[in-house]
Amino acid sequence: MVEVPVPKEKWTGSIGTIELGRADGRDGSRPLRLGGARGLPFLSFEDPEARTVALAGWVADSLEDVPRPVQDAFGERVNDPVSWAMDWKERGADLICLHLTSTNPEEGDASPERAAETAMAVLRAVGLPLIVYGSGHGEKDAKVLERVGEMAKGERLLLGHAEEGAYKAAAAAAMANGHAVIGFSNLDINLAKQIVILLTDFGVGRGDVVIDPLMAALGMGLEYSYSVNERIRISALAGDSMLQVPMVCDCTPAWKAREATDDVPNGGPTLERGIWWESVTALAALLSGADIVVLGHPEAMAIVRDAVRGLRGEV
Amino acid sequence: MPTAIEIFKHLPKKNCGECRYPTCLAFAMQLANGKAKLDDCPHLSEEGRSALASSSAPPIRSVKVGVGKGAVEMGGETELYRHDKRFFHPTAFALRVTDEGSEEKVDGRLAYARSLRFERVGQEMGLDLLELECRSGDSGRFIGLVRKVADGTDLPLVLRCHDPAVMAAAVAEVRERRPLLHGADAVNLEQMAEVAKTAGCPLVLCADDLGRLADMVGMARKKGVEDLVLDPMPADPKETLERCTIIRRSAIRRTFRGLGYPIYLSIPEGRRGMVMAATAVMKYGSLLVFEELPAAQALPLMVLRQNIYTDPQVPIQVRPDLYPVNGPGPDSPLLFTTNFSLTFFTVMSDLEKSKVPVWLQVVDTEGLSVLTAYSAGKLTPESVNAALQASGAKERSRAGVLIIPGMVARMSVKLNEATGLRIVVGPKESSGLPRFLRS
Ligand code: B12
Ligand code: SF4
Repeated sequence: MVEVPVPKEKWTGSIGTIELGRADGRDGSRPLRLGGARGLPFLSFEDPEARTVALAGWVADSLEDVPRPVQDAFGERVNDPVSWAMDWKERGADLICLHLTSTNPEEGDASPERAAETAMAVLRAVGLPLIVYGSGHGEKDAKVLERVGEMAKGERLLLGHAEEGAYKAAAAAAMANGHAVIGFSNLDINLAKQIVILLTDFGVGRGDVVIDPLMAALGMGLEYSYSVNERIRISALAGDSMLQVPMVCDCTPAWKAREATDDVPNGGPTLERGIWWESVTALAALLSGADIVVLGHPEAMAIVRDAVRGLRGEV
Repeated sequence: MPTAIEIFKHLPKKNCGECRYPTCLAFAMQLANGKAKLDDCPHLSEEGRSALASSSAPPIRSVKVGVGKGAVEMGGETELYRHDKRFFHPTAFALRVTDEGSEEKVDGRLAYARSLRFERVGQEMGLDLLELECRSGDSGRFIGLVRKVADGTDLPLVLRCHDPAVMAAAVAEVRERRPLLHGADAVNLEQMAEVAKTAGCPLVLCADDLGRLADMVGMARKKGVEDLVLDPMPADPKETLERCTIIRRSAIRRTFRGLGYPIYLSIPEGRRGMVMAATAVMKYGSLLVFEELPAAQALPLMVLRQNIYTDPQVPIQVRPDLYPVNGPGPDSPLLFTTNFSLTFFTVMSDLEKSKVPVWLQVVDTEGLSVLTAYSAGKLTPESVNAALQASGAKERSRAGVLIIPGMVARMSVKLNEATGLRIVVGPKESSGLPRFLRS
């Protein structure tokens, strides 16, 4: 029988590692260690170590942006971020992605103080590492992240997010209190690199940055994200140090794609279709380089967890 | 394609210029870039020609199943990553029909297969083939199924049966439709290759070891069968990803010849199956045959395939023009949107739902969505006005009003100056249009 040589790519670089969550082991919590990839995703012949991929459960402290099917899956528990986050923990999430949307100045306009208390309550109750976002309103977010950063000192949060033109507040909040920060960019490898450069020039350590290159959902530009992510990962492995950071992909926008939730003739039950819509978006994120995927629906998380096991060859 | 230097070695080195390039080296460079043809050099020796022809053959053989309009072409790929150029032949999807069920069951299966058709951003998507599997072991039953399905559908066929005698009898029924034969394994290779050769049909080789698969390729080719497809028989998502990647890389990087063929995968039922399928759509599967394909999974998979196989250089676009919707007249209002097909078809379907007669001006944004085009400076008051003028929109709609996407409300004042029309800001999402237009 002929021998087929395994065509490994000769990578010279690798992805840096990052730890999230308490390091002192108090409350029995363990830090989550991410990154470290030395080859393209899930190719054991390039990177024999089975890397951790973390699945984050989406939680928000107000419900404006939360799609109906996601709310329904958690029932009453969506009305209380602590209870919602506990539900995720019971379902095996590796970390929580908390959006403090109650601070939105155009809606509830909750104070940074209150929002930070919510974040602390979630932390205390679930003991999982936390990604924390504001509401997407620049000035207000700066205050919210600053307060959250202070109160959660020592908890090593991942703060979202810094972007070109508005990165100083999040970066400062992270640096002052030992947190990590997400560098967001818009579907472009050069912009992804640019935000890491801006953050590190500002003083953030490269080991404290995770990039978010914007995961466009299935049917909503997924092809752009898939290729941007893949290019980022390939450049990093080929030695571009500014891209050698872990990658986070938020897959919840899948629920905004109409075909995910509308009635489509012969399209099958809508809920099941929506769950697959989010799961397929996440699979594309994972195969193109994501180290963390954020998910909204618990069934999608169950599917994606099983997919990760399957891709690692576990039964 | 070999490099210019490798090509140059085989050229006559006369530098006579008859190929329209000043030197042989210049010609070699054009060849390497695919801009010249071998035949342009009249002095090429026979050895040179055959050496170059075989090394310039595409790294993955292109194999056709079926005939005529619905024929499925697979393989012929040249890239590992779609951003390097593009992927060409979208992963084909097939549903399996076995010869164990009753006639009604087969009818139901065919009706279901037909129902899995969707239209999206102006493209038709659906199942591309049917696979007929002999599970009964009974040649009469299998042939009955092949006849019945061949009569009932125009889709190209895959015949799955590992008994060469039964296969020979079944192919005889449909050989002019050029079915794909699944297939040859370690035991039946010789006879199955014979069946494929006699029928002139492409053949799938099956082995769960890539070395054995490569051996089988060699043997099948010796028997004279060139149109081959490989079934690496993965049992889980990991094997799917890794085997497909090794096959594709070996072929494209030319580290190993003999695996440069399209890939067939049999997809089991359930979650893991769906994960294998999605993985294979992204990573190099050419043909997926589904044991079951529930509708709620079919649509996301087909959209994934459509996404992955679009040309990264060119978004899917529609023609910029003035489109009448719901039979408008001179009093009907005028709206605009972009020529990105996702945007256009979303807006169009909402306008149709509203049943309100309107004129829709599609502005050429080079296939970008509303906000992307706006941010890129490709949707400006000037470009909107130029589009309205080119299509004569202001003469067709005399209402004097232009309804604009809510996302670009900030263009209002400048648009009013540029067009002379009263600007009405519409909803942000076009799903709000029916309600908006009716009030
Ligand atoms: C995919 C994508 C891209 C793709 C392009 C896809 C394409 N062919 O257009 C790529 C990667 C090329 C891209 C590039 C850029 N992008 Co972009 N991109 C997106 C993304 C993820 C999805 C866009 C999309 O397809 N939407 C779906 C379509 C259907 O939406 P739509 O056209 O707006 O149509 C809807 C409404 O507008 C409305 N509507 C449409 N027509 C009409 C008409 C009327 C009358 C009415 C009432 C309503 C209506 O209904 C539709 C359905 O709801 C969005 C983020 C997001 N999730 O939305 C960012 C986004 C649009 N991009 C953005 C930016 C900034 C850019 C870049 C400038 C950044 C860069 N990387 O340089 C470039 C510019 C492009 C260039 N230089 O060539 C920003 C825009 C910021 C802003 N608020 O202005 C966004 C919002 C991302 C963000 N959050 O920052 N992008
Ligand atoms: S025609 Fe042939 S021999 Fe003459 S220059 Fe071109 S490649 Fe060289």
